[in-house]
Amino acid sequence: MTQLILYNTFNGLIIGTFYVLMALGLSLILNLSGVINFAHGGFLAVGGYLAYTLSPYIGFWAALIAAPLLTACIGIAIERTLIRRLYGRDPLYSLLLTFGLAFIFEDMTRAIWGAQGLPFTPPSFLTQPISPDFFFITYYRLFMMAVVGIVVLGLFLFLRYTRLGVRIRAGTLDLETVSALGVNVRALRTMNFAVGIFLAGLAGVLAGGNLSLEPTMGANVLMPSFVAIIVGGVGSLHGTLFGGLLIGVASGLTTVWFPSASEAVIYVIMAVVLLVRPRGLMGEEGIMS
Amino acid sequence: MRRGVGPGVAAIWLALLTAPFWLPLVHGYEALGTRVLVLGLGAMSLNFLLGFTGVLSFGHAAYFGLGAYGAGLTLKLLAPSTPLAIALGMLLGIVAGAALGALIARRRGVYFAMVTIAFGQVFYFVAFRWNALTGGDDGLRGFSRQPIDFGFFKLDILNDLTAFYYFVLVCFAIALGIMAFLLRSPFGRTLLAIRENERRARFLGIPVEQHIWLSFVISCAFMSMAGTLYALLNNFADPKGLHYTQSGDFVIMAVLGGMRSFWGPLLGAAVFVVLQDYLSSVTTNWQSLIGLMFVVVVLFFPRGLLGFLQRKSQA
Repeated sequence: MTQLILYNTFNGLIIGTFYVLMALGLSLILNLSGVINFAHGGFLAVGGYLAYTLSPYIGFWAALIAAPLLTACIGIAIERTLIRRLYGRDPLYSLLLTFGLAFIFEDMTRAIWGAQGLPFTPPSFLTQPISPDFFFITYYRLFMMAVVGIVVLGLFLFLRYTRLGVRIRAGTLDLETVSALGVNVRALRTMNFAVGIFLAGLAGVLAGGNLSLEPTMGANVLMPSFVAIIVGGVGSLHGTLFGGLLIGVASGLTTVWFPSASEAVIYVIMAVVLLVRPRGLMGEEGIMS
Repeated sequence: MRRGVGPGVAAIWLALLTAPFWLPLVHGYEALGTRVLVLGLGAMSLNFLLGFTGVLSFGHAAYFGLGAYGAGLTLKLLAPSTPLAIALGMLLGIVAGAALGALIARRRGVYFAMVTIAFGQVFYFVAFRWNALTGGDDGLRGFSRQPIDFGFFKLDILNDLTAFYYFVLVCFAIALGIMAFLLRSPFGRTLLAIRENERRARFLGIPVEQHIWLSFVISCAFMSMAGTLYALLNNFADPKGLHYTQSGDFVIMAVLGGMRSFWGPLLGAAVFVVLQDYLSSVTTNWQSLIGLMFVVVVLFFPRGLLGFLQRKSQA
């Protein structure tokens, strides 16, 4: 029993790290530009598939970096041509646009790489379990958590200490003033979008190595990522980080006792949070309304 | 909205009343006509909230699906009665809408959308996972709509597709009549006031949250009615009908037709249903084309087809 609990907690933590990467990117874009990016899951899948295509030529390690960067470039192109036109308009339109993009992404991924799941294997020394007792803890999974940990830490340091990061945070609070101070807001939004998409692409590569690549792999983590943002509190990146891990582990633990409720439980958590603390666990007063 | 019946509205009713006669002439079929009516009713119910209250719900498929499962389960487990199935399906949608509406009525704009989408998914997972009751991924089968007995006359909506079309048309007309009446009432005017300027409405002493909640529940009621009719049409309830992609379909129907007009969503539903029916028969990549349609509508027809036509005629 202890092992079962440990096994599912660990699984939940792994899934939670994917939620975190997705949700942080979504949060960045939502906070600065007021756009809910429905196509975020599509970018995740593209990241994974690009790594699959690239890795025979440049190897796993280079693909781990190159695929998210390429995905971010696609993101920049889409932001510049389509999403940019909708800033400042009713959020309905950006919702619908990215919703349509999500359809296109999923369908195109299926057309290019096929509907069947594709295996994407990390280097063999990473796929070993650390011990027979803990067969579910492979070195790859530890590596994955380390990568996510480093990237998240890097993101927070970037937002805290670099000029661009400070501008992004300032823009989240008051974009008009930032603009009046001479910051190019258009470029700022594009860069911010690219950072968000990079995180999605990276999540795609890591997820591909953990399970396998499927066209719907991104759409499946999109909703839990929304929940992570709401539970953690809109406007708070720390909240998003905490929310993602929380619902991942909660979902994993539910699998132990009541497997068929493992998806529904995160929405129950969300309902409770909205009842007890409408702004989310770490959200600021007033942002949600 | 004008009082009385204009020539445009009369033309719409005439077209709907005669549809079983002219549909075969344009290579249509009755089930397609019924589907347009049902999804059109769904899109118009959503638009009660979206277009006339100014609140962005992106999770309305949940209530559509609840209606469908409620009707299906009633027919399968309780009693072979079509009216009872519709009533209980709607009741399920109303109860769920009232409960969740109370949780989210304070949210606004993009956050309202996000919370409604996320909550909508609960019902999807319940239907997907609760195999014993709902049939899980395969959907709910094993029920069929029942002939309606008026005592002196029995309407066989099960085998006679034309009769079923007219049955749906009557339900559609009743629902539209109620919605139009509500929108013309002081309550409806208040909703418009909230849409136009929420702060001002609040300063006038209007309890904004209560109005939004009530509008949400009304919208859910008719959305679940559309769901019950959809289950009756197919004799089947599909978990996909609860999925958030279905919610997106309803929103695009409303926007495509024109969400500032009462009839716009019906036009949007007609175009969407016919387009989807046609595209999925000619290409396997129809999903991309539907996605492309979303992009084109947002970029070039944000006011919808009716809005576009009105502009043209004014210019």
